[in-house]
Amino acid sequence: MTIEEVAALVQGEIVCGDSFKGREVAFVFASDLMSDVLTIRDTDNLLLLTGLSNLQSIRTCEMSDIQMIVVVRDKAVTDEMLELAEENDMIIVKTKYSMYKTAGILYGAGIPPIY
Amino acid sequence: MDFTYHVEGGDFTNAGSTSSEVKRMLKKLGVSPDIVKRTVVALYEAEVNIVAHAYRGDINVDLEEDKIRIVLADEGPGIPNVEWAMQKGNSTASPKVREMGFGAGMGLPNIQNNSDELHIQTEVGKGTTIELVNYFNK
Repeated sequence: MTIEEVAALVQGEIVCGDSFKGREVAFVFASDLMSDVLTIRDTDNLLLLTGLSNLQSIRTCEMSDIQMIVVVRDKAVTDEMLELAEENDMIIVKTKYSMYKTAGILYGAGIPPIY
Repeated sequence: MDFTYHVEGGDFTNAGSTSSEVKRMLKKLGVSPDIVKRTVVALYEAEVNIVAHAYRGDINVDLEEDKIRIVLADEGPGIPNVEWAMQKGNSTASPKVREMGFGAGMGLPNIQNNSDELHIQTEVGKGTTIELVNYFNK
C-alpha cells in the first residue's frame, strides 16, 4: 500500500513531501517514545505513527532513516519540522484520528507491525 | 579529519544538529549505510543526553581511515551510578525531557548497542565524558 492510500484511509492530509506519495509502506511502528524508535534496525519502508509532534520526532526519523510519518490527533506540525523533513525527503501525513484508531485502521487494512 | 562541535544544555531546538552534520559527512564519504545509522543513532542519543542532563558540552569527531571516534565531554551533574544508568528503564530525566520523547532509560543501552567500543568516565558534580568508536570494516 502506498502512503497516499494510507492518507486516504485515515482521512489525513499530506503536509509535506507530496512528491513522495507513491512510496510503499511495508510496516508500521507506533510510538511516542523516540528512544524506542531509535532501537529499530531495519527501517526500510517503515511508517512511523506518532502523537509526538516536535523537532525531535523528525530528528529521530532522520537518524533512523525513516521517511514516512503519520502524526495523529491533528497535532500542529511547525515550520521548523517541515523544513527539516523536507531536507530529508520525508513525507508527513496529519490525521485527526487518535493513535488507537489510526493503528487499528492500518492494521485492519493489512499493513503488518514491525514486531 | 578532526571536528569539534559545541552543545548547550537545555537547547532542544538544536539537539541533534551535530548528529545530522556527522551523518551527512559519513554518507558523503561513502561509509556503509548500516554503519552510518549505528553511529548516528549512538551519537544522537549521546547528544540528547548532553542537552537533557548537562549544562554544556563539546563533541569531538575524529575520522580515521578505518574508524570514527567520537568523544562527548560535558560539564554537568555526572552520573552517580553508571551501572544503574546502563540498565534499561533507569532514568533521572526531567518531565521536559520526557515530553521530547526521551528519558525512558533507553539512551545509554542504545548507545552501547550501536557502538563497537564505548567508554564512560564520570565525576559527580563535574561532568561526563563518553567515548564511542565504530569501525568501518568489520
